[in-house]
Amino acid sequence: MTPNLLELNFNIDKCSEFLRLLIPPFSSKMISRNGFTFGRLARPLRSPAKPASTFFWTRLLSSLAVLEQKDGKLNQNALRAITAAQQLGGPVTGIVAGGNIQELAKEISEIQGIQKILVVDNPAYEKGLPEFFAPLLIENIKKGGYSHVFAGHTAFGKSVMPRVAALLDVSQISDITAIINENTFVRPIYAGNIISTMESLDKVKIITVRGTAFQPAETQGGSASIEAGTDPKVNFPIEWLSENLSITDRPNLSSAGRVVSGGRGLKSKEGFDRVILPLADALGAAIGASRAAVDSGYADNSLQVGQTGKVVAPQLYFCIGISGAIQHLAGMKDSKIIAAINKDPGAPIFQVADVGLVGDLFEKVPELTNKLKQQAV
Amino acid sequence: MSTLRILVPVKRVIDYAIKPRVNPAKTAVVKTGVKHSLNPFDEISVEEAVKIRERNVKSPSSSTPNVDEIIAFSIGPPRSVETLRTAMAMGADRSIFIEVNDDEEPESLGVAKLLAKIVQKEKINLVIAGKQSIDSDAGSVGGMLSGLLGWGFAGQACNITFQKPNFCVIEKEVDGGTETVRGSLPMVITTDLRLNEPRYATLSNLMKAKRKIIDKLTPEELGVDISRRLLTREVTEPLPRQGGGKVEDVDSMIQRLKELHAI
Repeated sequence: MTPNLLELNFNIDKCSEFLRLLIPPFSSKMISRNGFTFGRLARPLRSPAKPASTFFWTRLLSSLAVLEQKDGKLNQNALRAITAAQQLGGPVTGIVAGGNIQELAKEISEIQGIQKILVVDNPAYEKGLPEFFAPLLIENIKKGGYSHVFAGHTAFGKSVMPRVAALLDVSQISDITAIINENTFVRPIYAGNIISTMESLDKVKIITVRGTAFQPAETQGGSASIEAGTDPKVNFPIEWLSENLSITDRPNLSSAGRVVSGGRGLKSKEGFDRVILPLADALGAAIGASRAAVDSGYADNSLQVGQTGKVVAPQLYFCIGISGAIQHLAGMKDSKIIAAINKDPGAPIFQVADVGLVGDLFEKVPELTNKLKQQAV
Repeated sequence: MSTLRILVPVKRVIDYAIKPRVNPAKTAVVKTGVKHSLNPFDEISVEEAVKIRERNVKSPSSSTPNVDEIIAFSIGPPRSVETLRTAMAMGADRSIFIEVNDDEEPESLGVAKLLAKIVQKEKINLVIAGKQSIDSDAGSVGGMLSGLLGWGFAGQACNITFQKPNFCVIEKEVDGGTETVRGSLPMVITTDLRLNEPRYATLSNLMKAKRKIIDKLTPEELGVDISRRLLTREVTEPLPRQGGGKVEDVDSMIQRLKELHAI
């Protein structure tokens, strides 16, 4: 969306078809500017809250943002899916489903950037099981005629969206980090070692969004209308039994501003807890771990950062006793600042770290923790 | 209790320890002369299928159903046969292979459609697939297949058990922990890294695997159009991150972090 076009304010309903013929809406210049020269993975390309009406081609675009919720609380990634949907330029509708969500619906209606929310109040959707949730989305996608459907690339998005795509007979575009135009998206492949630009030929685009690549939408100041969504009321022989979530008062790993992450160098669970926890406390940081640390039982599975775990991009990512295998780098190399303490001066982590310290982590980290505490950062 | 007929889709990918490179035209990742191996998540799927069989053999009275057959499937260039041999050396009974050129590999939707046909043809009632291939990182084949078949789906499984009659209990990795669901067979399950520790294919088993059958099929025979809907316009390598060098001691580390406004 070229800058000069941003300033135009057409009557979109009347002019769009005509102008489409006259002006190619997406110039190649823009593509090179936005998509192909990524260093660190995509940052949001433009501010999220541009009024949709300034784009003259918006009439044909309309997006549905799938708003993941749990126990009446919106998932952070839902806000990021909204931002991605907004970047396309067309009107954005949100959909939320679950038991007792009227309160949440009101909150959502104040999120900036959505015009309408579809609310389906039915406990069948509470657990986000794909067997129920996919038919719900399909009904509402068909009814609303959306061209793009966005969801976060979370455990929920990963299980629901492929089913939706297959049932609509379209491909899925997974884990995008940038939007180039309505058909073209950027996504990392090979554990983030390669950036791929893909063009979709499908009429409906089913997209999951990498949370760290999009800013969350503002939760105040919007005024979306609330409507009841279509509820297909499917029966399916699958049953949610239980969950086992790690309860913590620390910041959430995926959205924390600072992350302290420990690896094999911690040598034991006791070592991990004794060294990592105080540093995380001193920094007000979330805790992460390498796969080696998780596999050795030093830390919980849900804390794993990497290609097969979580992808994070905090302001500060602190690696303690992590060598920096590509699998791990895939999950954190878009962090703003990377700091590392490792006793091996040749560890690959030092090739990406902004600040590296070679030394025994059992000495250096407690020293660092104490000094940080004294300075109360 | 019925018997299980398990389908395990496997993919030959660039080895996880290799750093992939882009070709000079920026159209694709260089694959020739690069070490390939079985996608790690698929290794786990094969292992799980074999483990289910072994559990039943060990205690036939348990709730784990009898495994009738384990069929490995792959689509890819000719050398993908090697991955099928590995899967069979680990314990799969036979394989189905669809050969395509390197640049014709279908995307997830095409693969899911092929799998759906094979499920019907081979009367499969359990599909165990990896949660994602480590090359395309899309993670969508399993979910798509379950949709096409109208079966239950459990993604990112870290524990699979069975209950009579025909119920499967799956613990899944989700954000922040795990959750457990119970579905009735037939089902599609995708595997997470923590499900099991895959065995090595021993030399003698590799030799035996050479005598196992690989049926070759074509997408046309299965009546599936595998043409792509997602076209790769360009692939690039991300700009390398510049390491900022090392500091001498903890004080300079704090100093440097302050300069960078990280603390």
